[in-house]
Amino acid sequence: MSNQNVTDYKDKLFRVVTFGAALVVLVVIVGIFASLVEQSLPAIRKFGFFRFLTTPTWDPVHEVFGAASSLYGTIVTTVLAMIIAIPVSIGIAIFMTELCPNFLKGAMGTAIELLAAIPSIIYGMWGLFTLAPIMGNTVEPFLQHTIGKVPYLGSLFSGTPLGIDILTASTVLSIMIIPFMASIARDTFTLTPQVLRESAYGIGATRWEVIRNVVLPYSKGGVFGGMVIAMGRALGETMAVAFVLGNKHQIAHSLLDASATITVTLANEFTEADSNMYMASLFYLALILFVMSFLTLAAAKFILKERAKS
Amino acid sequence: MNILTKRKIRNKVALSLSVFAAVIGLFWLFFILWDVFRHGMSFITMDLFTKDPVPPGFQGGGLRNAFVGQILITLVAMVIGIPFGILGGTFLSEYGRHSRLGRFISTLSDIMVSVPSIVIGTFVYAIMVKPIGHFNGWAGGVALAIIMIPVVIRTTEDMMSLVPWSLREAAFALGAPYYKVITQVVYRGAATGIFTGILLSIARVAGETAPLLFTSFNNSFFTTNLSESTPSLTVTIFQYAMGPYDDWHGMAWAAALVITVAILLVTVAGRLLIKWRYRS
Repeated sequence: MSNQNVTDYKDKLFRVVTFGAALVVLVVIVGIFASLVEQSLPAIRKFGFFRFLTTPTWDPVHEVFGAASSLYGTIVTTVLAMIIAIPVSIGIAIFMTELCPNFLKGAMGTAIELLAAIPSIIYGMWGLFTLAPIMGNTVEPFLQHTIGKVPYLGSLFSGTPLGIDILTASTVLSIMIIPFMASIARDTFTLTPQVLRESAYGIGATRWEVIRNVVLPYSKGGVFGGMVIAMGRALGETMAVAFVLGNKHQIAHSLLDASATITVTLANEFTEADSNMYMASLFYLALILFVMSFLTLAAAKFILKERAKS
Repeated sequence: MNILTKRKIRNKVALSLSVFAAVIGLFWLFFILWDVFRHGMSFITMDLFTKDPVPPGFQGGGLRNAFVGQILITLVAMVIGIPFGILGGTFLSEYGRHSRLGRFISTLSDIMVSVPSIVIGTFVYAIMVKPIGHFNGWAGGVALAIIMIPVVIRTTEDMMSLVPWSLREAAFALGAPYYKVITQVVYRGAATGIFTGILLSIARVAGETAPLLFTSFNNSFFTTNLSESTPSLTVTIFQYAMGPYDDWHGMAWAAALVITVAILLVTVAGRLLIKWRYRS
């Protein structure tokens, strides 16, 4: 074999090896989907799709399982966390790009990055030992005495404030996703061309008017995509909510009630499932969560890609 | 009130709100860090690192088993995750950069980075725990590796794409085959970036709890045998914090402090490295 052939061979080999490594991602994703479907087959056969999604019962003793209560908890905590996190993170991003003096920018960026690096179990534990008592003793009674008196809206804050509830879980969740959303929003804000800002300043706009009418419209696609990614993450967050949600399978009408999300149900019950149908139903929940977050994240990617094109 | 003052007031109000938001963000960071430090500090002793847990109700004991278990599981994840991640990233930035499959896998990796880690735990349970019949440390390592691979792939791809194309062309002009160009030119140019990516991915998986719950599970005894259930710091924190004993809570805070400090140090180191390398 000539030298040239050896080199060709080595190059091909390297190409195949790297290709194989890249393929692992695809294989894992297909593998996750296939094995979750396979494991949940007994539950899929017994409970169907729409019936499983709409049944609120979760009764391991009689082996009647439905995803509605967990799904409800997942969606409510995520939506509430987004409602808290979106304004705060956009505020942080505005501060970091438009207001922050230069010497503070680096420190502020590091702080946000550190907040994002703290493991979710630390958030959860801190939520249980520190935030939950504060919520139960101070914040929630206060909310009951103020907003709780308003008709209709008040029923959201009915019940005994214990601190282990949807409101606390959503608060912890929002603290977790704020740094992520803030850094995406900051990155998109900085992409606004300086010329655009300066021309707005040139015709006498105030700082807020520049942000409101130039920066925000220019970066809305990117910010929106970032929010959707954050939502995909919030849907699947486990440890931050596992401590403070109470794992109670019910469709709670008050934000001060305990609840369960898909992730919390899995974390608490997976190792305790004693029957095949129980196990299969838990796998079914995991499958629903996987598909839900995968579609959300794929949608976010699509939004960001479309934006990059235009 | 004329329109000018109105605009000025609106400006002041909006900007104050954004400063307020920034203060809230920083407030949480310091609140959490300070709380972890305050609670954990008094339980940091030599015993924590050198002794194994004692049954509840007894005094003393430590978390040596969890520290060792955590390190072993993380090592397994690194041994699997780093090579796959670097090689996969190499394909995406070099051979596959213009192919549709390459772009597709790159997008999939981005999605994989944010896929719920607990789902990966259930997946590994189905393929590595159920068939064997009991929890084991290898499964925990594989679960963490699955989380690690897409992170390393994406940073490697990005860092290698930053290496100027003219450098590769210079090497091609000398007659070097592509694999030599990659291993001797591109890897060298991207080394710091790839290393940082690896550091950050380790920080990421070291704090993961959910994927370990159904794979390596937990063990209150010291073990270096990964084919049985293996303790980890994070799962121990979960168990101890949810438990009824004050001793356990103290240990959980101490473990939380150790793991937080370790992860934050690695994160800061990674950030400094990147800053130093890409100063311009």
